[in-house]
Order: sequence, then structure tokens, then C-alpha cells
Amino acid sequence: MLEIKQLNKTYGKNRALTDVDLHVPKGVIFGLLGPNGAGKSTLIRIINQIIDADSGEIHINGKKLAPDHISQIGYLPEERGLYKKMKVWDQMLYFAQLKGMSKAESKSRINAWLGKMDMLSWREKKVEDLSKGMAQKVQFISTILHEPALLILDEPFSGFDPVNAEIIKDEILELKEKGTTVILSTHRMESVELLCDQVAMINKSRKILDGSIREVKSSYRPNIFHVTLEDLQAPLPSAWKAVEDGGLWHFSLALDGKTPNELLAELMQMGQVARFQEKIPSMEEIFIHQVKNRDYE
Amino acid sequence: MNKIWLVIQREYLSRVKKKSFLLATLLTPLIFPAIMGIFIWIAVEEKENQSLRIIEVVDENNLFFMESSDQYAFSFSDRSVEEAKELVQKGDRYGFLLIPKIDLEDPQGITYYGEENPNMNLISYLESSLRKKIEDQRLYDSGIDPQILSEIRTSVDVTAITLDEEGGERVSDATVNYAIGFLAGILIYMFIFIYGNQIMQGVIEEKSSRIVEILVSSLKPFQLMMGKIVGIAGVGLTQLLIWIVLIGTLTTVVTGFLGMQMPQQQAMEMAQADMGEAVPNGELGEILAVIQGIDFVTLVGAFVFYFLGGYLLYGALFAGIGSAVDAPSDAQQFMLPVTIPLIVAYMGLFVFVLQDPNSTTSFWLSIVPLTSPIAMMGRISYGVPFWELLLSMGLLVLGFLATTWLAGKIYRIGILMHGTKPSYKTLWKWIKTSN
Repeated sequence: MLEIKQLNKTYGKNRALTDVDLHVPKGVIFGLLGPNGAGKSTLIRIINQIIDADSGEIHINGKKLAPDHISQIGYLPEERGLYKKMKVWDQMLYFAQLKGMSKAESKSRINAWLGKMDMLSWREKKVEDLSKGMAQKVQFISTILHEPALLILDEPFSGFDPVNAEIIKDEILELKEKGTTVILSTHRMESVELLCDQVAMINKSRKILDGSIREVKSSYRPNIFHVTLEDLQAPLPSAWKAVEDGGLWHFSLALDGKTPNELLAELMQMGQVARFQEKIPSMEEIFIHQVKNRDYE
Repeated sequence: MNKIWLVIQREYLSRVKKKSFLLATLLTPLIFPAIMGIFIWIAVEEKENQSLRIIEVVDENNLFFMESSDQYAFSFSDRSVEEAKELVQKGDRYGFLLIPKIDLEDPQGITYYGEENPNMNLISYLESSLRKKIEDQRLYDSGIDPQILSEIRTSVDVTAITLDEEGGERVSDATVNYAIGFLAGILIYMFIFIYGNQIMQGVIEEKSSRIVEILVSSLKPFQLMMGKIVGIAGVGLTQLLIWIVLIGTLTTVVTGFLGMQMPQQQAMEMAQADMGEAVPNGELGEILAVIQGIDFVTLVGAFVFYFLGGYLLYGALFAGIGSAVDAPSDAQQFMLPVTIPLIVAYMGLFVFVLQDPNSTTSFWLSIVPLTSPIAMMGRISYGVPFWELLLSMGLLVLGFLATTWLAGKIYRIGILMHGTKPSYKTLWKWIKTSN
């Protein structure tokens, strides 16, 4: 769907993007991760043709990125807003038409969406009379009215209460079912784990990792196992820092070059194995670990 | 192109539909005839309810006779200066005119005493009466009968005719031309300021409410900027058109209605005051000839051209400034270079152009694009050589292209910049950045 090759962008002396490659398959939710100032927003702006890259290539469905693509892309920026004095209806109509839709088509879709989201009574309200959550919903609908093939959401859940965030999450999943490709840029790692099929992480202008969530997690597993033993045959080495709790001993062990089976065999000699579980890192841990590690380099 | 049209529509409709636009558009034209009506009404009332003001005259030469008017009566007596002053202080007399023994060749020491400051009318009335009397006396002394002189006095009026290059002739009159230049210049000045500010406010609104990031993902910043400028121009033209129609109708109605109630003489005085002193009484025919002599096609054409040209030139600059700042209060520092040429043009209109439309300064003011929209309108009704008009218009188009290009460069970067207060140096950097 989206193919990015060797993308570079500098602002004066600051590098915003360095040799970024990205492959986003069709119909996935793609998490774009990275700390503030890493270059995510620059990348998103370049895909939206708001700014130009210094070098590199972007292809959408095999075609070089061009102004025609605007109608196929939906963009919800992190910093977003609506015309305060405009009515909800007029506003949605304006945004839809700017994306190249006809007036009649826009009207019927706006009606459908307002009905679906239970918002028909807001049609004639001005945005300044809406609550923040309501305005965010209007904003979200405005972004997807033209049924973009590629939807770019930058921190889509900020400003939503949990109930509305859930509604938006469901809408995103529904769009994915219909074949929309979604790029989700966020700091909220729990939504990444819940929603994303694939991720890429950008730090200090470079892509530092990418792949499916499973791949990323398995390649960054620390090879540590959580173990619980009972009926000990002999005292455990004090270096393991085992904690006793009613005859159960809990501790964590690194593989240290052994295979998990070898480690398990060893443990079986020492007592009854009640639990033997590999520690799987959360996306949050990987994120923090990666960002910190690179900072020291 | 389609998208620019959408932006133009939104900018236009969102403003025209506002209640404040409706109010300003409908009330402003009511204010003009209302003010005129009030003035006329007051003048009529004053005339009717006026009490006669008596002025004591002490003439030590026993020579002068002052003719009483509707407003003033003169009482001659042999009272002493002290007694006369006392009369004024007691309120028995409005004022007191002292004419001491004077040398007719060099009259000195004529003094007016009054409880309140005398108005200009009274003083000039006194002066002209005295002058006439002294002049008559001196004519008489040198053996000329003033009666004969006044018979000889002939009224001469020079009709000014402007020759154009094709040999055509047209009657011109400085006063009518002055009025046209004055009005057109001020209208353009006001339009640029009011609507230029609206452009700036609009850009700042889109920027500070972060709508702009969504907009520029759908269309080019330049399209957005031009759409806004053109849309707001439409608002201004609509307002102007409504004003012209409304003011025209209302003024005709009001003056027509009050005119019938006005004493004939008063109406003449009003007419004279309106036209200024350069147009002698009873020469309405000539004024009509002058108005007929004006090339209205050129005038209206030029007005629309400079009206829009000036607006577009400055509108782009206002848009550029709006894009560079986060809040209207930050815009002040960049307003100066935009405001100064406008004020120079405005001052230049009064100080140079309307005084002498063909002076070198007037020429340059009407050629340089930053001042030409206002200055050229001051010259145009006097007649401007074709090549000058062409040069001025051509340069205005170039100037407009230049400011739009400049503003576009600042705009496309400025609208995405938040939280930084740019200096002129950063603006220059943005202009130099290629993409």
C-alpha cells in the first residue's frame, strides 16, 4: 500500500528524517511510534504532501505520491481544530468537498455518519457550543467522510473520554475490516498492543525497529523466565534472590546461553516446578528500552 | 482551481451571513443621511428660532454704517467706551464694536468686545462691511463715485478646459475633481485597512485553532491564501455596492424631503457651502458641464482597478503577517512596514496630490505600487496621460505579484510554526527556503 524509500529531511542543521524506509501493507493498522521530536510528524506531513522531502521516494499502490492522492488520504493531525463559528453540518461539508467529493455525495454521507454516531441533533449547532468530546467526534468524522484508502491518525484518542475513545477505537477497527490502511501515531502503548498489527519505531530521525507486534516482541525478549518451585531438594543459590511465600519459591532466571529445555531440566532437579514462564516484554518496555539505549550511544 | 473556489465561497459566505456584517452594511448608509438630515434640521431650526443679536457700535469717525442682517442688528450711539462695555457685561448688548479715530489709508485699532467668543461668521461679516465702507470712502475721496464703480464691476469666470492628446476638449473644475479624488482615495484607504485586517484575523484564527494543518493536507497553502484574499475582497465589494445603492437612495430622499422645507436662501447657502467658494453662486450649469466633462468610464474603471489592485497588494502582506504570528497582539511588530506606505499615500493625497496633481511628488506617489492605489485616484479626475496610467497600473500588477509571491513564501512555512515569535531575520530565512 505505502512504500517509503530512503526518505531524508532536514530543517536547517537539524535532521528530521534520515534514510527512513517503511513498508505498510494494505489493510493493516500500522503503529508509528517514537518519542516527541523523533521525526514522526515530519514523516506524516510528507506523506500528506504538506511539506516536501529532501530526497527519497514514496509510492502509494505502486504510484509515485502526487496531488491526486490527496482524495485517498485522510489525516487527523495531533494539533487539530474546527472553525468555532461554523455549524457542524457546514463544516463537515466543507472538509469533504475540499477532499474532492461532490456536494450531493458529501451530504448523504454526512447524514449517514451523523445518524450512525447519534449526532443528528447537532447538525445546526456551532462548534463553539459543543463539548470537547463532541467536537472531537465531529473532527473524526470529517477525517473519514471521503472514505480514504489510507487513514493517518496522529494521537486520535487524546481529548476523548474512555466511552468515546472506545467508540472511536471500534470505528477504526471497522474501517480496517473494510480494507482501509491505518497509520496510527501514538504514545499510548496499550492502544498500540490492542489495535496495531505492525509497528515501526522512529527515534532521532531514524527508524530503529519495525515488524509485526509478535516479531518485535520476540526479537526483543530478554530471555528471562519466571519460575516458581515447591518441595525444594536443597537451598537455592542466594544470587537468585528467591522469595518464599507459604512453601512456594518465586524467582526469575536468565537463560545464560542454555536452551529453555536445559534450564527446565536443571530446575526439575531442584524441586517441583510449579511455574515456568518466559517473560514477554510489553511494547511500553521495548519502547522505553530502545529510546534509552539509543540515547546513550 | 475548484478548491480555491470552495475556499472563496466559505470565506465569503461565513462573513456575509454574520449579523455584524448585516448591521454594519445596513446601518452605515443610514448614518450618513441621518447626519446630513440632522445638520439641515438644526440649521433650519436655528434660523427660525434665532433671537436677534444687538451689537453696540461706537464710531468715533462718525463715518460707518453697518447694515443689519437676520442675525445681527447694529445700534449706533455716542456712548463712551466704558458705558458700551457695561452694556455688554449687563447682557443688554451681544457685543460692542469700537471704531476709534482711524487713518483710512491704514485702519488700525478696530476692536470687538463680547461676552462670548465671536464666531467666524460675525467677524468676517464685520470685516467685510468695514472694508467695503472704507474702500467706498477712499474711492470717493479720490474722486470716483462708488456707484459708477459698482456699475462697472464685471463678473468674470474662467472656464477651464483640458485638452487631451486627440484634440478633444472637456470642461474641468478643480473643486469637483478635488471631491472625486478625495472620496475615491479615502474609500480605497479605508477598504485596504479594514479588509486587510480581516484577512490577517482570518489567517490567525485558522492558525491558532489548528484548522490549518487539516486544510493544507487537502490543498496547497497558496490556494488557501488566495482563496481567503479573494473571498474577503468579495465581501468588501458587496458591502461597497450595497452602500452606494443605499446611500444614493437615502440621500436623495432625505435631502429632497428637507429641501422643500428649507427657506430658499438657506438652501442656496448650503449649496454654496457644499461646493466651496471656488464655484460662484448660480452656476450649477457649469458644475453639470464639469461632471459631464469627466470621463466616467475611465474613472470608474480606474477606481475598480486600483480598489482591487491596492487591496490585493496589501491583502497578501496582511496574510503573510497573519501566518507568521500566533496571536493578533504579536502582529504589531510587523504591521509597521505595511502601515507606513499606506499612511504616506494617505497624507500624500492631501498634501501633494490634491493640491497639485501634476507635481513630481504627485507623479511618483501615483506610480510606485505601494502608494499608487490611493494617490492615482487623487489625480485621475484631473486627467492623467495615458502612458502614466498604463505604467502605474502595470507596476501595480507587478507589485501585487511580488507581494503575493513574498507572502506565499512566508505563509506556507508560517502557518505550520507554533510557539515561536519570528523576527524579520526568520521571515527572511523562510523566504529563502525553497520548499
